[in-house]
Amino acid sequence: MTALRRLGSALFAPAIAVVFAVVITALVILLIGENPTTALRVLFDFGDSPAQQTQAIVVILNRAVPLFLAGLAVSVAFRMGLFNIGVEGQYRMATVLAAGAGAAVALPAPLHILLVIVVAMAVGALWAAIVAILKVTRGVSEVISSIMLNFIALGTASWLLTGPLRGSEEGAAIITTKDLPESGQFPGLNGLFDVIGLAQPRGELYGFLIVAVLVGIAISVLLKRTRFGFDLRATGLSPSAATASGIDARAMVVKTMLISGAIAGLIGLPDLMGRTHHFGTEFTAGLGFLGIAVALLGRNSPLGIAFAALLFAFLDRAAVPLQFADIPASVVTIIQGTIVLAVVIANEIARQITRRRAEGDSGQAGPPAPESPPGGPAGTAGSRIDEPQGAQS
Amino acid sequence: MTKTAALLLAGGLALSACASDEDGGDGGGSGGGSEGTLKVGVAYDTGGRGDKSFNDSAIAGVEAAVQALGGDVDEDIEELSPNEDDSNREELLTQLAENDFNPVIAVGFAYGDIIADIAADYPDTQFAIVDTSVEDLGVDNLTGLIFAEEEGSFLAGVAAASKSVTGHLGFVGGQQSPLIEKFEAGYVAGAKAVKPDIIVDVTYLSPAGDGSGFGDPEGGKVAAQGMYQAGADIVFHAAGGSGEGVFEAAVEAGQRAIGVDSDQYLSASPDQQAVIMTSMLKRVDLAVEEYLNSFADDSLESGTDILNDLSTEGVGLSESGGYIDDIQDVIADFRQQIIDGDVEVPTTP
Repeated sequence: MTALRRLGSALFAPAIAVVFAVVITALVILLIGENPTTALRVLFDFGDSPAQQTQAIVVILNRAVPLFLAGLAVSVAFRMGLFNIGVEGQYRMATVLAAGAGAAVALPAPLHILLVIVVAMAVGALWAAIVAILKVTRGVSEVISSIMLNFIALGTASWLLTGPLRGSEEGAAIITTKDLPESGQFPGLNGLFDVIGLAQPRGELYGFLIVAVLVGIAISVLLKRTRFGFDLRATGLSPSAATASGIDARAMVVKTMLISGAIAGLIGLPDLMGRTHHFGTEFTAGLGFLGIAVALLGRNSPLGIAFAALLFAFLDRAAVPLQFADIPASVVTIIQGTIVLAVVIANEIARQITRRRAEGDSGQAGPPAPESPPGGPAGTAGSRIDEPQGAQS
Repeated sequence: MTKTAALLLAGGLALSACASDEDGGDGGGSGGGSEGTLKVGVAYDTGGRGDKSFNDSAIAGVEAAVQALGGDVDEDIEELSPNEDDSNREELLTQLAENDFNPVIAVGFAYGDIIADIAADYPDTQFAIVDTSVEDLGVDNLTGLIFAEEEGSFLAGVAAASKSVTGHLGFVGGQQSPLIEKFEAGYVAGAKAVKPDIIVDVTYLSPAGDGSGFGDPEGGKVAAQGMYQAGADIVFHAAGGSGEGVFEAAVEAGQRAIGVDSDQYLSASPDQQAVIMTSMLKRVDLAVEEYLNSFADDSLESGTDILNDLSTEGVGLSESGGYIDDIQDVIADFRQQIIDGDVEVPTTP
């Protein structure tokens, strides 16, 4: 009975959110004088030929991989009540230095790939460590310091790119680092399409997909099955209670930020190792900020974030075909924003309904509404605390 | 959320598989094209249509060419904008090519990284890219539409130095990139050609890899204010939308400014018209139009670059407002010397 009710309330919130997002988006499309059903059809039309359809799937998965990593990086900190807005800067620094290190050495393939990954994770973790150290030693809010460090990262990465790590010739319009040698490039997964009997797409499916899945599983296990994960979640729920029960909150801040930064360091690698093979002035920026939205949508659970990243990527793919149907691509951005907003609101409504029911059932005053930890992200703290177990699995 | 998302996605995959069987050919119908008319695909630079600058100039050229050839502007042109983080540029070009648009024009050097590979994948489609040299790439169906920005900027420097009373000029660049550095190099060289001891303050609004400097009027204003306060009396901007702030600062300081790309005097408010001395013209519209015309009459020699410089009037100075009428002979003199090769204009600062 309780399990059923839990499942019901877990599905209730996202159901409202999706309906709400669809209605709002339809209204917006109507307002600009286009047909909402056309937009919907475009969203699900992957193309005519088998190769086009598999290509659409490749586009979605390739977009979802960095989004997933970004969401994961943000969520690990979220879980502890830390708002790591610095993911953007962390991955930028990590990518430029990993690209530089990878291009500078010659190693056998597996070692070379490992080196690039390790450098990226280390740089991301170190950049995040600045935030953590400022917080535990000087009490600087991680929100402020991580935002500021984004600007410093942007400038520093630009200096590294145009200065010591420049690989493109003088006068070229796009400045890039040197290309990673073949041994440092992550092989694609297109063999998979032959194995399952699908047509070969035009593009290449990122092999980094495997790394992302492994990282997702590792984080999932770390959070749910280890002492560290328990401490982390406990500190996120109530720092004072956690401290009282013997958890060193300051050490937890440092460790959590290191993990968050290390994952952030991976965000640029799918593109770097799978497609461009160099960092440059046209390297995709802004994934760190998108990661915040993806983490919110995925309710901070690795599986949820995977679906959120896939949903975002699925919507992003439609940006091009929508324009062929004369519908502005900004519709995609509107849908994404509305869904995230709706999920936050719907979670709150579902939470209140659950609480009211619990109060009615027990016939006495229910547990007091959990307060957000001071300094924690207010909106998410609420939903995280009351999150039924079912939503995470 | 997660379960619903999963269901939606799974449903979506299934639906799409069915849908494509039913209405196959429906989506591709738009690209076919009747004999003789152009089907032009345009992939915009960041910002898309309506930027009153680069993208608008390019589409103006496409529309002029299509109209002149008897095509329909709505039917025969497909314009696509990249998404906000520019991550889908490849998709824009491949989708245009797959939907049988030919030629496909990529507006902006940001496509330079990828366009050669895509052009090689679609050998029957002609591609053009604005602002990138393709000569060394060895791709037969790709044309580079490039500009000698340094030559036009040189003349802007000549005009500024000739008009400056304080012997102090300014330059505001959008992003510190090789392209914008060409503007700076030409401008400084032109100014020094007139007055060897002239001071030129140079500021870039954002570092390499960060395009925000092209859409930051407030930053442009602060940068120009600093220059005017330091004694500069003419500031040249190559900063896209941030130039608006440079003009504002010029109005407040009662000094002059020089516009870029299009004749910015024409689109300015009356009090800004009083300060916009001239604009360094970069005729992307003409370049695109001529490219399409040569494509249409089969005289296109692709696989190489089409250089638009002073001799082809692809770059130059505007004369609206009449502020530089009295120094036209000086400008014409330098112009001729550059065309004749007597003056070598540097492309890097």
